[in-house]
Amino acid sequence: MKKIVGILLAAAGAIALGGIAMHRSEPINALWIVTAAVCIYALGYRFYAAWIAARVLTVDPSRATPAERHDNGRDFVPTHRWIAFGHHFAAIAGPGPLVGPTLAAQFGYLPGTLWILVGAVLGGCVQDMTILLLSTRRDGRSLGQMARDELGPCGGFAALIGTLLIMILLIAVLGLVVVNAMKHSPWSTATVFATVPVAILVGFHLRHLRPGRILEASVLGVALVLLAVLGGGWVDSHAGLRGLFDWSSLPLAGFVIGYGWIAAILPVWLLLAPRDYLSTFLKLGTVALLAVAIVLLHPQIRMPALTSFIDGHGPLFGGKIFPFVFITIACGAISGFHALVASGTTPKLISSEADVRLIGYGSMMLESFVAIMALIAATLLDPGVFFAINSGAGIVGSAPAAAVHTISSWGFPVTVQQMQTLAHEMGETTLFARTGGAPSLAVGMASIFGNTFGRGLLSLWYHFAIMFEAVFILSTLDAGTRVGRFMLQDLLGHLYAPLGRTSWYPSVLFSSTLIVAGWGYFLYVGVIDPNGGVNILWPLFGIANQMLAAIALSVATGILVKSGRARRAWVTLLPLAWLAIVTTVAAWQKIASPDPRLGLLAAARALAAHLAAGTLAPEAAAVAPQLIFNQRLDAWLTAVFTVLLWLVILDMARVCVRKLRGLPVPASSEVPYQAARLLPLTLAAQLPQEDGT
Amino acid sequence: MSAAGPWRGLRRTLGALVGCLRALSGDDAYERYLRHHAAAHAGPALTRRAFYAQREERKWSGVSRCC
Repeated sequence: MKKIVGILLAAAGAIALGGIAMHRSEPINALWIVTAAVCIYALGYRFYAAWIAARVLTVDPSRATPAERHDNGRDFVPTHRWIAFGHHFAAIAGPGPLVGPTLAAQFGYLPGTLWILVGAVLGGCVQDMTILLLSTRRDGRSLGQMARDELGPCGGFAALIGTLLIMILLIAVLGLVVVNAMKHSPWSTATVFATVPVAILVGFHLRHLRPGRILEASVLGVALVLLAVLGGGWVDSHAGLRGLFDWSSLPLAGFVIGYGWIAAILPVWLLLAPRDYLSTFLKLGTVALLAVAIVLLHPQIRMPALTSFIDGHGPLFGGKIFPFVFITIACGAISGFHALVASGTTPKLISSEADVRLIGYGSMMLESFVAIMALIAATLLDPGVFFAINSGAGIVGSAPAAAVHTISSWGFPVTVQQMQTLAHEMGETTLFARTGGAPSLAVGMASIFGNTFGRGLLSLWYHFAIMFEAVFILSTLDAGTRVGRFMLQDLLGHLYAPLGRTSWYPSVLFSSTLIVAGWGYFLYVGVIDPNGGVNILWPLFGIANQMLAAIALSVATGILVKSGRARRAWVTLLPLAWLAIVTTVAAWQKIASPDPRLGLLAAARALAAHLAAGTLAPEAAAVAPQLIFNQRLDAWLTAVFTVLLWLVILDMARVCVRKLRGLPVPASSEVPYQAARLLPLTLAAQLPQEDGT
Repeated sequence: MSAAGPWRGLRRTLGALVGCLRALSGDDAYERYLRHHAAAHAGPALTRRAFYAQREERKWSGVSRCC
């Protein structure tokens, strides 16, 4: 029976992929992509994941998990696999899979789709499941600790520095995405501002009024943020109030930085925790709604399969399809960040080792599907409209007439009239040069929702989507700043012990300020960059995230070889090799390419030459020195990432070679076998007894 | 209250759905803790307020959200 299902799945997947291949010259329906994706995930899960779990990871359901051995009713709690799946998915799914695929759509829909599917099934899902199992066998130890224990101090140090730098870049680029979505949009700005008091209200409710009634507080909060979307529309239509919320990007960046700093030094219950409840609810609800709407509407994809920008001249970011499609789409295909969640929080919930396939591999499949949906939402737009929204003023000019002329000359016809009508429908004054991906995703989501559930509400759907992305991003920003602060305190504690005490307020203040200053700097430079800033920051973030994935895969490969499974270590070695190639080539091009659109140093040189020759407009000349400095700094950062990456890979190779030659290697940190006594959990037993208790 | 037939099935399904949502959001974490405490420890258990305060501190002391 199972074989028949497998064969049917394979056939359906082949037909869907064939459909995508045959439709190359004409518009294709999104349902082909959805079908191909679902079949590939099902095959990957049914065969590859099952084989890895059984033969490579030697998952053993008879072995007691940390949740069983250390059950304390608090963080170590044996949890039913579907509930743990929900927790893990909510933790790994962030704004990354929404932004990356949107940006990569400049190459056409095909490269992004293929990489999201293949990368997830052979790379990202494998990484998440492997790290989850390895950490479960080590009492939920973190990736950094595992790197230190299993490889040596070098790997642990690289993981720590890498994580800290990724955090800073991630927050900066996400902050930039929010700023670009809010600039000169009173509706969006008023709505996003209103989510702050709503979060505080929910926080008070949970702390003081009715402690721990998370469900009712979240429902109340979600209702209030939905009202905030309506309220934003009212503000937008009110001549007097409108001006109060019409902000340009620089003060908005100041607001985001100030918000991030205040959120970092306030107690978590006031802002961070309640905002996260809201964002989790919105996230799961919107993802489900989007899936339903895409299937019901099954829109046509308007973007061609491949665009001419695969040669590296794309307006969203410079760089050829190889390696930059693999850098731009990290989250959704393979994301090193997940290894941090898969080691630490989730292993403490796992009730049986047999569950790691569903929780590790399965959650990543769902995240990958979110990326596919974001790609569909971006590519169903008219390509001309897509490029008009996403091209920075520095590329196509700030005047609408010039922008549409340039974009139409690329072969993607678009008119000023068309853009004005669209902006009007979405309740905005303009949609030109709204870089960062969020506005074009919101336009795509609004047209999916609007056409499925009622066409008259486009502007409401658009601002709902913006609010959804902003709540999501601000919640990542809060949480990331806090984690960054803990890591920094950990590092600083080596220099001066009291700084390492996470509850000592002067240290909290000092380290939070340093972290916020770090991402605030990149956010500020991104805002003053006439090309939109995302074009520089996102590839840098992608390189950093892929480097972290390579560290995680190195740890996994090292452990497999050390435990005598060298013959099957190709399972993690294959994605590792691919990431090492992609990241190194991308880093090399970012540093050394003579093309100023791609190479950071070349861009700095070109700008310096313009500045010296006096050919820059006065306002461009004023910010040029900062941009030049930043491009050089980014080049150095890229070099640091590459060096860290190769240090870890070489360290892993050294340990593997020693093992294969029979020389001593660091001892395994796996907790010895202990028989499981916990009976398999049923969902019913997991549930609270209504009325009874 | 012995509702019979389809209503009972519906109530059970809805109850299970609410139960899943409570487990996913952490709404039932305190009850779960009390059950564990009653089974494994002597002495007074934490109050609801103190339990959730500790839970939030712990949750936000590590990486619990991603990109």
